[in-house]
Order: sequence, then structure tokens, then C-alpha cells
Amino acid sequence: MAEWFVAKASDMSDGDRRIVGAGPHEIGVFCTGGTYHAYSNYCLHSGGPACEGLLINQVVDIIAPDRTYQGQTFSDELHFVCPWHGYEYDMKTGECVGDRRLKLRKFDVVRRGDDIYVVA
Amino acid sequence: MDMPREEVRKLSFEEYSHAKHLEHASRQAHERNYQDFLIVDVDSHHYENESYKEVFQYIESPVIRRAALESSKRPGRSSMMNSQVGYQDVGGRITRRTLRKYHKESGDQHRDVTMTLEWMDAMGVDYACLFPTPMLFLGLHPQVEVEVAMCQAYNRWLCERILAVEPRLISMLYLPFNDPEASHRIVKEFGGKKGVTGFMVTSPRYKPVHDNAYVKTYALLEEMGQPIAFHAAYNWNDQSLSMTNRFISVHALGFMWFNMIHMTNWVINGLPERFPKLKVIWIESGLTWAYSLMQRLDHSYMMRTSDCPSLRRKPSEYMREMYYSSQPMEKPDDLSILEATFKMIKAETQLVWSSDYPHWDFDLPSAIYDLPFLNEKAKRNILGGNAARLFGLDTKVMKKMP
Repeated sequence: MAEWFVAKASDMSDGDRRIVGAGPHEIGVFCTGGTYHAYSNYCLHSGGPACEGLLINQVVDIIAPDRTYQGQTFSDELHFVCPWHGYEYDMKTGECVGDRRLKLRKFDVVRRGDDIYVVA
Repeated sequence: MDMPREEVRKLSFEEYSHAKHLEHASRQAHERNYQDFLIVDVDSHHYENESYKEVFQYIESPVIRRAALESSKRPGRSSMMNSQVGYQDVGGRITRRTLRKYHKESGDQHRDVTMTLEWMDAMGVDYACLFPTPMLFLGLHPQVEVEVAMCQAYNRWLCERILAVEPRLISMLYLPFNDPEASHRIVKEFGGKKGVTGFMVTSPRYKPVHDNAYVKTYALLEEMGQPIAFHAAYNWNDQSLSMTNRFISVHALGFMWFNMIHMTNWVINGLPERFPKLKVIWIESGLTWAYSLMQRLDHSYMMRTSDCPSLRRKPSEYMREMYYSSQPMEKPDDLSILEATFKMIKAETQLVWSSDYPHWDFDLPSAIYDLPFLNEKAKRNILGGNAARLFGLDTKVMKKMP
């Protein structure tokens, strides 16, 4: 395992990301909510650039206590979306939202001073 | 491609190229040695509406031409062309349709040629059969004469501006099926033109394929050796489909629904017996519909042969002689189910790979190449060999992979 430089922390604001070529790996490193998340950039569906698409919150149905449908809204759960076909992944876990048994490979991120590294 | 590599990329959402968007597809192409594979894409698309100003100039009727040109000055309202509700980009999550406005062309080729060749090379595709996008709904236009006028204009534009200049681009041309006489004229006018490999009926429409009015067109196509294709799409205003409330629902059902009806009418009315040499292709309905319909029709046929006395064999036996494009290929977790589907439709000779690129649910060649139950010969047939035989294409590999 080696540490691969990602960016200066001061260069990544909330919502920023970098795509890091790290030997045989291609890794998406996200800066969201004051933390860093790093996942394989290969979508589990057909190999698309999973980390290069839209960041968007989860859509949920609003079901009233009487079980009637009352519309839709966004939840607090942040997703990133593969731009090839729309596969959505949970930012916190890398789980594929459509089938949470499937997960993108997760990588550790370390900070040394102002430098951000991904471990791969 | 250079692998492994060491670099850090920022993302820019204000630039776009198919080559960059499909970089991972290019890696797949190199890893699987597609340079050694003939790959024919039987169903891909361009956005002909981006060229409407050119296309409209080809409309023969001065009145319809003026109406079209005037309506194009007011995009989004009072259009002469019909459309459908449909958020195919999943609320902006699939980005290429939006970002293509940032694509920069170089050279003096038509934008459609440049962009199409770019994604073809990125995926490892040698030939692409190009179809329109909004015009897939033209069969639902309330004015039949507009369908005919647009069909003729589009076909002429496509032949002159696109197919004539690029040998890797082919098409099965739009048939104005709501006007049987005009359909016959279109086949006579365009059959044999450079790059024309057949004719295509957009499936969402309400004319039964077994109407006697079409017989002379089928006979002409059979005589010319030109295939007829039925390209699926949906109609959210269809009485049944209008009960669905999400795009996923109308898409999943609609893209099968019209082809299931046309196929049923085609077989039950004995058209395969009347036109035994006419090649028929079913496009963009996936594969499960055929697997299901074969069993369904066979089951009823054995009890109701008097309903379809022209048939000499079971419906599935005729269906197994037709061609099916692969996308969107349903991929169950249990691949033995897919393997059974391939067996049912005789995939090794009847299945033709298609991408549907750049639409939202496109497939790569790896959808076929990576299937563990296919041998090398079957992969080569499905990815390109079957289509090359169907269309009479040169089997020389033409792509220039990046």
C-alpha cells in the first residue's frame, strides 16, 4: 500500500473532488461535509466513471401515517451518481443504492498537514 | 491506454467530449482486444433536432416547409413537431445530453459525423446504424402529411449529408407507416442508396402491420433484400400506459408493448409465410419480451390453430428466424436465465449487438463480450458477424481506437 497525493486541503472546498490515478487504481476522492471519502472510480454496473457525476441527495417518497402517498422530497443522504447510466452510490458507505449488498471499493484518506493522501 | 498511471484530475463540467466521457469504455476495448473484432452497432442515435434547420430545408411542400422553419424559430412552444413527456436523463443525473453543448468540433465534417465517429472509436465500434431521436415519436403526429413530409426530408438529408460522406455510418431509413402509399414510395426512392441497409418503422403507432395496404411494400422490401425493422419507443398518452406515473414504468412497459403487438400481428396473420425471405428486426425492446411471447403464443396456438390458419409451424419457430437487437439487455443475477433467453431466440445467429448510444440506457460491447456462457464464435457473431451478414457489410475492421 502506498500513499498517493490528492490535493492541498486548502484547495478542496465542500463538494470538490479529485480523480486520482494510483497505480492500477483510479480513485474518486470527495470532500463533503468536512470529511473525505474515497472510492473506486469504476461503476459496478458497466465500468463507468462512478465518481465523476452529479452529487445529489436521495429522493424519498413522503408516505403519511395513514399510508397515503403525499409526494416526494430529498432526504439528507448524499449520493454520487455514475454519469453513464445513473447508478447512485451512498457517499458515506459507497453502497449502491439500488442494491446495498453491492459496494464500491473504499480507500482510506489521510491528512498530513495541509496535504491529503489516499491509501492504495 | 496508459495503465497504470499516476495523475490527479479535477473535473470540469464545462467541457465535454465523447472520447473523455467514454475513457473507461476505451480501456475495456483495449483490454478485450476489440481491434481484432468486427463490431457493428445496429441501433445508435443522433439528435436530428439539432439539425432541424437543415432538415426542414428538404421538405418538399412549401407550406409545410414554411410552417416548420417558422416553428423552429420558437423552440419550446408552438412547435410543428410532436414530442413526449420523458425525463430520460433521470433529472440531470445522466449528464451527456446536457454537456454535449460543450463539445468542440474540429474540421469541416458535419457535427453528427464527428461526434458519432468519436464515440464509435472510443467504444471500439466499426459501423453504426444511426437512427433519429425525437422522430421516434413521429408516428404519433396527428397530421399524417407532416409525418410523410418530415420522413422524406429527413431521409434525403441523412443520405446526402451524413451517409454519403462517411462509410462507417449506415441507417435503416424512417418509413412513414401511417401512409402506406408513401411508405412504398420511400422504399423505391431510397432503397439501394449509399449507407441504406433497410427501413425502419417507429413502433409507437396505431396501424396494424397486417393491413393489406402494406403488402406491396413488404413485397418490394423482400424483392430488394432490404430488412424491415421495428424500433421501439413509448407513448405515455396510450390509454393503458397513461396509467403509469413514473418514467421507469412507461419506459419498461412501453418499449416492449408496441413491439409485442406488432410481433403478434405479424406472426398470427401469417406474414412470415407470405414473405418468407423478408428479414425482420426488432429493435430496443430488450430480450425478455421475445422469450415470454414465444411461450405465450405457442401455448395458445396449439389450441386455436383455426385463429391463424396461415401458420404451418408454432409462432416461436417463426420468431426464432427473426433478428433482435440486444440493448437494453436485461441481465438477471442468475445468468442461466439469460442463457436460456439466448437459446430461445437462437442468439448465435439472430442476435445483433446494439448500444443505443448516446441514450440513457446504452450498452457497451462488453455486455456481450463478458458473458461467460458465450464461446468466441458466438461473441463474434453477435457483436458484428450477424449484422454484417444481415446488412451485407464489408467485414474489414474500420475503427481507429484511441
